[in-house]
Order: sequence, then structure tokens, then C-alpha cells
Amino acid sequence: MVNVDTTNVQPKLKISGLGKRYGEVVALEPTDLTVDAGEFVTLLGPSGSGKTTLLQMISGLTEPTTGTLHVDGRDETATPVHRRDMGLVFQHYALFPHMTVGENIAFPLKMRGTPASEVRERVRETLAKVQLEQYGDRFPRELSGGQQQRVALARCFVYRPQVVLMDEPLGALDKNLREHMQFEIKRLHREFGTTVIYVTHDQEEALVLSDRICLMNHARVEQIGTPREIYSRPKSIFSARFIGLSNLFVGKVSDAGDGRIVVANSNGSFEARQENCGPLVNGKAGLVLRPEQLRPGPAGAGENDITGTVTEIIYVGSDTRLVLTLQDGETLSVRHDPAATLPALGDSLTYHWPIDVAVVVS
Amino acid sequence: MTAASLSASPRNLRLRANALWLAAPAIAFLIVFFLIPVGRLLFLSVQGDTGNLTAEHYSRLLHTEVYWRILIITFRIAGLTAFFSLLLGYPLAYWLSQLRENRRNQMLLLVLVPFWTSYLVKAFAWMLLLGNQGVLNRLLGGAGIIDGPLPLMYNEFGVIVGMVHAMMPLAVLTMMPVMSGIDTRLSQAAGTLGANGAHRFWMVYFPLSIPGMAAGGLLTFITSLGFFIVPAFLGGRQQTMLAQLIIIQVQELVNWAFAGVLATMLLVSALIACWIYNHLFGLASLSAGNSTTDKTSSAWTRRFGFAILEKLAWATSAVTNRFAGKSRGRLLPAYVALIVFFLVVPTLMVIPIAFTSSDFLEFPPPGYSTRWFSLYFNSPIWISATVRSFGVAFATAIAATVIGGFAALAIARSRSRFGGVVFAFMLAPMIVPRIVIAVGLFYLFAQMGLVATNLGLVIGHTVLSIPFTFVAIAAVLKGYDWRLDQAAASLGAGRFQVLRLITVPLIRGGVISAFLFAFVTSFDELTIAIFVSGGLKSTLPKQMWDDMILQLNPTLAAVSVVVLVIVTAILLVADRLRR
Repeated sequence: MVNVDTTNVQPKLKISGLGKRYGEVVALEPTDLTVDAGEFVTLLGPSGSGKTTLLQMISGLTEPTTGTLHVDGRDETATPVHRRDMGLVFQHYALFPHMTVGENIAFPLKMRGTPASEVRERVRETLAKVQLEQYGDRFPRELSGGQQQRVALARCFVYRPQVVLMDEPLGALDKNLREHMQFEIKRLHREFGTTVIYVTHDQEEALVLSDRICLMNHARVEQIGTPREIYSRPKSIFSARFIGLSNLFVGKVSDAGDGRIVVANSNGSFEARQENCGPLVNGKAGLVLRPEQLRPGPAGAGENDITGTVTEIIYVGSDTRLVLTLQDGETLSVRHDPAATLPALGDSLTYHWPIDVAVVVS
Repeated sequence: MTAASLSASPRNLRLRANALWLAAPAIAFLIVFFLIPVGRLLFLSVQGDTGNLTAEHYSRLLHTEVYWRILIITFRIAGLTAFFSLLLGYPLAYWLSQLRENRRNQMLLLVLVPFWTSYLVKAFAWMLLLGNQGVLNRLLGGAGIIDGPLPLMYNEFGVIVGMVHAMMPLAVLTMMPVMSGIDTRLSQAAGTLGANGAHRFWMVYFPLSIPGMAAGGLLTFITSLGFFIVPAFLGGRQQTMLAQLIIIQVQELVNWAFAGVLATMLLVSALIACWIYNHLFGLASLSAGNSTTDKTSSAWTRRFGFAILEKLAWATSAVTNRFAGKSRGRLLPAYVALIVFFLVVPTLMVIPIAFTSSDFLEFPPPGYSTRWFSLYFNSPIWISATVRSFGVAFATAIAATVIGGFAALAIARSRSRFGGVVFAFMLAPMIVPRIVIAVGLFYLFAQMGLVATNLGLVIGHTVLSIPFTFVAIAAVLKGYDWRLDQAAASLGAGRFQVLRLITVPLIRGGVISAFLFAFVTSFDELTIAIFVSGGLKSTLPKQMWDDMILQLNPTLAAVSVVVLVIVTAILLVADRLRR
């Protein structure tokens, strides 16, 4: 009983001060991150943000310049790649072209000296898990992109690594297949109970898959949190812009007392709660509003309101978005209420929002 | 819109099929000066005195033991050469393939310069090194390691050393592109799946490099089969090869029929080697370097192969685990340095000898002088041979680049199903042993009055150069994005402007290197020159050959230095222009 408790306290993966530089170029600033057993954590960021570098250092393919990596409390910083019990799913699958699907999946088991009969059994079992029972004797190039991806997943999960790392594994697939494979990955994660670290630059994918998202930019971590936290409480302008659609009013911040602050710019003054305000630089900040938080209505109907001219009507299937141009030329995206009649270009509209929803960041 | 594009497409198709006509000059040229002469030579082998069909020449071959011995020796030497070229060259090719592209192109010169260095210069250098009074015996004797001179030359050892030195660059240059095409992520993937270095190499990298090894082995084997320069100078009587026998039959015995028999043997051997290769790997990977081996070989042989590789991997890891981690990383660079030394330095031995003050080929030279260079520059024979070689090489380079270039264009633009046949035909002069082509051309030229003419030389050298220019230009055209032409046309450029402003600037590098490679091929060419040039119409290699057979002298060293400098300069220019 006591033992169970300590393993629960112990994180699966503990990254402390892990960083990488190539001469003058910083690929990743010293970074801290802990991942619990069975957790699905996504490293999300634009290209060059250091997410792949971090993943490669965890896998052991890249040697860190600074910092340490602990797995189950053991220091694994210097362990060579083939002795780390981790699985890596590559962006372009990296299936061995000279081996059949079955041989590809058997490879990691053979490397571990698994007896032949058990290898056969486990390969069969895993092929069934990814619905490729009939394909064991085919070569990878005879499969479609989605099937190759499933083989890559099977090859990784077959030896039950304690941590599975995935480097944009769905990047080469088209949109429909990608969504299907997201479910597949979620299912495998659930069934095997594996800890997964997943790299992507696709924010939607990150929101769908992750227990937690580690948002990265400019070779460092920008924000770590659950998808909901990051979406509704971004800690920086970058976070607000990178995840979801957001409107941003940048202006001067002043204290309005009573736990309120005011962000003022040429479009007006907008109130927000002090508690929703992150640490600020130079008294300047941006007020973040999601399109769906704005409601149409006459001026004064809510705690904050703003008026603009409709300059763009965008139909995206499930939704219609309006773009309003404000006094100073800035634009505002709002969601059109499907029950209301569609406005015409050039109409003047007013939207309002409650004080609680706005977040202030810098 | 739809109607217009529909009506346009059949016209486009016809245009594309027509593009194959661009290969017509090349096909015609190779039929007249390659296919017919070789065919005639083969036919001579079954022709009796009155023109009747006969097997008498073959029965002579069957019933003379010495010919059998020569055949076996030829196979043995060619086989050993191919084996050692692959074995010793593989780590070098591997090392090169792991470098970043910029650095690899620089380091590749270390292989390219030996590759293009004249076989005669290389053979001459080895004679300086391996002789009884040669550099090696002097050094070893001087150091007191040996009492008397070691027999390093005029035996099989000398031939194999010279042949491997001559052929290894070809093996490396053939293997390297296949190796650098192997996705590095596959090794990484194997690592994350638990494979250590030995397993990563034997189970992933090595099987993927096999097509390259096969292609390298094939080319070195075929080239060695028809080779005569190294065995002529470094071998003894016991190392006489088939090509030497053909030369004797033609030049001394004037026995065309039996020369035809031997040529047939040589050609059939080369074709059998090609057939085996093609059966196992497909000829496509000779030029392309894709690795689609698995389909042809049965599942059983594959499994067997993998089992062996797995054993090798476990064995290797058992051995390497005993070494400390540090020294392991230095093993490959040290080996590469050794092999590059073997490829480059022996040839450089001609330099000190060329500047000797002695009348003999002594090492170390007793003093410094430039008398051998002034002898060369003041000798009408050497200078006229040099000038002729330059002229012939220049004309050859132009002819081969134009003919081969249009053929390459034809292949790139055509979707005709005959494209593959044309492709194979263009490469055929590379597969057929040179000696066969040379003797066939000699027979044809004798009837046309082209023996001992510059035109005859240019024609012969063009036949040999077309595969090189064709491949070089086909390679750039393969990477060329034809949509750029369409883009330029849609922006208002006329056909000629498209060619002048878009196509030519983009493929210029490939065309220039094709030109220079054809130039060097002709400049170094000896086989055809032995038959087609002669007396006062000698080329530089032919003059060197005659001198080397007659008597080794320091002038040859001076000439070698001149050749070395010219070829190296051309390669450096080609390398600079390619970037």
C-alpha cells in the first residue's frame, strides 16, 4: 500500500533544465517539465519552437547541452538511445522498406531477445489491434499512408515501452484520415495505458488529444496546462493567438479599484477582473476575447460593449463569422447567432460581453 | 474550357511521343559505330574461310588448354578485383554517404581524382613502387626489415594491387549514391526500437545498401574482365588476361576469327554477369539507386538472409562490446584515411621521379632537375601526341555532349514505352568491354580507311563517351522541373526565350560536367587508340603505352605529371562549375 503511494507521487518523467544549443544557436532554452504515468502531453508550437528538439532529447537521439532527464526517478540523461525503454513514432513513419509489415513489428521484440513463438503471437495480436491482420506479409510501400501510419504505431506499441513519443505522426495524412487516426491514437493510449508525449503544430489536434498541452515558442515553454485552461486562460498574447481564434485589444492598463482593471485604447475602455490579469510589462497589455464570448445587443446591455461595421461575412459550414471593422481600423471577429437574420455588408453592429470572460495578457 | 483542354491533350501526347526522335542521332550513331562493328566481330568467330558458317574456331578454343587457363585467370582476377574493391571501398563509401552534402562533394574529389587519373599513369606509378628496385623494397630494405627484395610485381599480388587501386574508385562512386539515399531516420528508428550500433548496421543499413554493392560489383567485374593495362605491366606470364590475348591475336597474329571467338567469350561473360545482376536487382538501380530488391527474391531467401545478418549483428556486438567506447569512434576515420592514402599517394610517386636528375628511375632521386620536362617539351613526338590528344578530346567532348544530350532530352520528355530500350542502348557501350568495341571498330575502320586518322579516333571515343554524357545530362534533366518552362511560357516567353532564359541556365552545370567528363574519357583513352592510332598519329596514352612497353624512363614520369595536372585541373573546374 505504501509502495503504491510512492509510485503515485513519483512522476513518470521529470525533465529539469534540459536545454540544447548548437554553437550560438539556441535550439531549446533550459526547460522543466514533469509528466505523470499514463498522461498524454502534447508539445505544441510553431516550427523552430524547440518542440522536436525536446522530444529528440527525451528519446536519446539528441544529446542535451544542459539538464537532466529522470524516468521513474532514475537518471537516464546519459543512457544511449537503444537502452531507453521509449518508443518513437516518426513523422514519415521510418518503416524499414526491406522488411515486411510483420518483420517491422517483430523488430523491437527481436532486439530484446524475445523467444520466436512469443514474437509471432505478439505481432499477430498487435496487428489485430490496428486492424491490419491481413497485411503481415506485405511490404510497407504496398500500403496506403494511413495503413503505414498504423504499422508505425503497432511497431511502437508492440513492446509496451513505458513512454511513447510521437513526432507529428499525422502530418503527412489528409484531414479526414488525420481525424480518424486521432481516435486510433487515443484508443491505443487508453488500451495500453502508456505515457504519451506528442509533438504537433496543429492546435486543433492538440486540443482533441491531450490531457495537458505544453505550448512552446522561441525555444522555450510558453504555457503548460489542460486544453481548457490554455484556451480560456491564456497567459500571453502568443498563447491567445496560437490557440483558437481570438480578438485582442492592446492598450494601456490602469487600476479601476474594486478588483477591476481597465484596458484603454482608441476603440474605448474595457473592464476586466484583476484576477484574470497576468503579469504585465510596462503597463501595456492585450485584452483577449474569444468570438463566441461576444453577444449582439444594444449599447449598454452588457458590462462592456463595442460597435463596428460589418466588412466581411465568412461562412464556414457549422458557423458564420462576421468581421467588424472598428473606429481605428482594427478588426473584430464575432460568431453570428444562427437564429438571427444575417446582416448585410456595411451594417453597423454592437456586441457586448460580461466582465468575467475577458483575459488580460502581455 | 473543357473542350479546349480535351482537344489539346492528344496533340500533347503526340508531341511527347515525338520527343523520342531527339534520340535518333544517338541511336543511328551507335548502330553504325557500335552495334554493327561489335556484331561483325562476333560474326567473324563463326565464319569460315569461304564465308560459310563454321564452329572450327570454337573447337580450337575448346581443345587448347592454355586458352582455358587464360579464361579462368581472367575470371579469377576480375572476381578478386571486384571483391576487394567492394570490401575495401565499402567503409569509404559509407563514410562519404554520412557526410553533409557540401562536405561530401569536397571529399568526393579524393575518389574522383584517382577515378579519372589515367590507368597508364597509375600502372606506371605502381611499377615505380613495386619493382625489385622500387620504392617499397628500397624503404623496407633501408629500414633493415627485409634482406632481399620482395617479389611484389610480375605476379598475381602486383596485378590485384594494381587492379583494386584502379577499380575501387568506380566501386565507391557506384555504391555511394545508393548509400546516401538511405534514410538516416531508419537507423534512428531502429535505435529507438532497441537496436544497438551493430544491429542498426547489419539489419537495417547493410541490407538497404546491397543494391549499391551489387551495382558496384557488377561494374568493377565487367570492367576488369576486359582490362589489360595493369596485367600487362604488373603481371607475369601467369597473369595474362583475355584482353591481352585479343590484342595479340589482332596485332601480331592477325587472326580475326579467333579474336572474334575471344571477344564473344568476353562479351558473353559480361552479359551473363549483367543478366544475373538484372535478375536479382533490376538494371534500373544502376542509374537510379532505388532499392527495390525484395520483390524478386523469394521469401525464403529473404528470411535466410535476415537470419545470417542477425547472427552477424549479435557477433559484432559481442566483439565491439569489448572495446572501449572512445576508440570505436576513431576506427572508421582511421580506416578511411588509410584507404584514401592508398588511392591517392601511389600516383603521386611519379612527381619526385619526374624531377630526378638521374638517368634511371631511382628512389629517392639523387638530385633535382627539370631535364625530363624539357625533353618532353622539346620532343616533336610527345608534343604532337599531346596536341592530338587535346584536339581529339575536344572534338569528342562536343560530339558526345550534343549526341548524348539530345538522347537524354528525348528520354526525359518522352513517355514512349521504348524509352527504357533506348535508355539501355545508350548505356550499352559501358557494359560491352572496351576491347571488344575497339577491335570491332578497327575491323570497320580498316575497310573505311579510317585507321590512323583523327576522325576515326573521335568516332571511337565518342562511342565510349556517350554513356557518360547521357547519364550526366539525364541526371540534371530528371531533377528539372518542366513546369518552370510552362510557367515562363504562361508569362509570355516564346519557345526560344524559354530555352535561352530558363532551361539552359538551369541545366548548364550538368551539360558542362558532361562535356568535361567526355573530354577526360577521350584524353585518357588507350584501348581504341592502340588499334586506331599509330605511328605518327599517336595520341598521348598510345605514346606512353609504346614507351612503357619498350623501356621505362624518367620522361614517362614527366609525362605522367603533365597528364595528372591536366586531369586534376579539369576535375576541379568541373567541380567548381557544378555548384
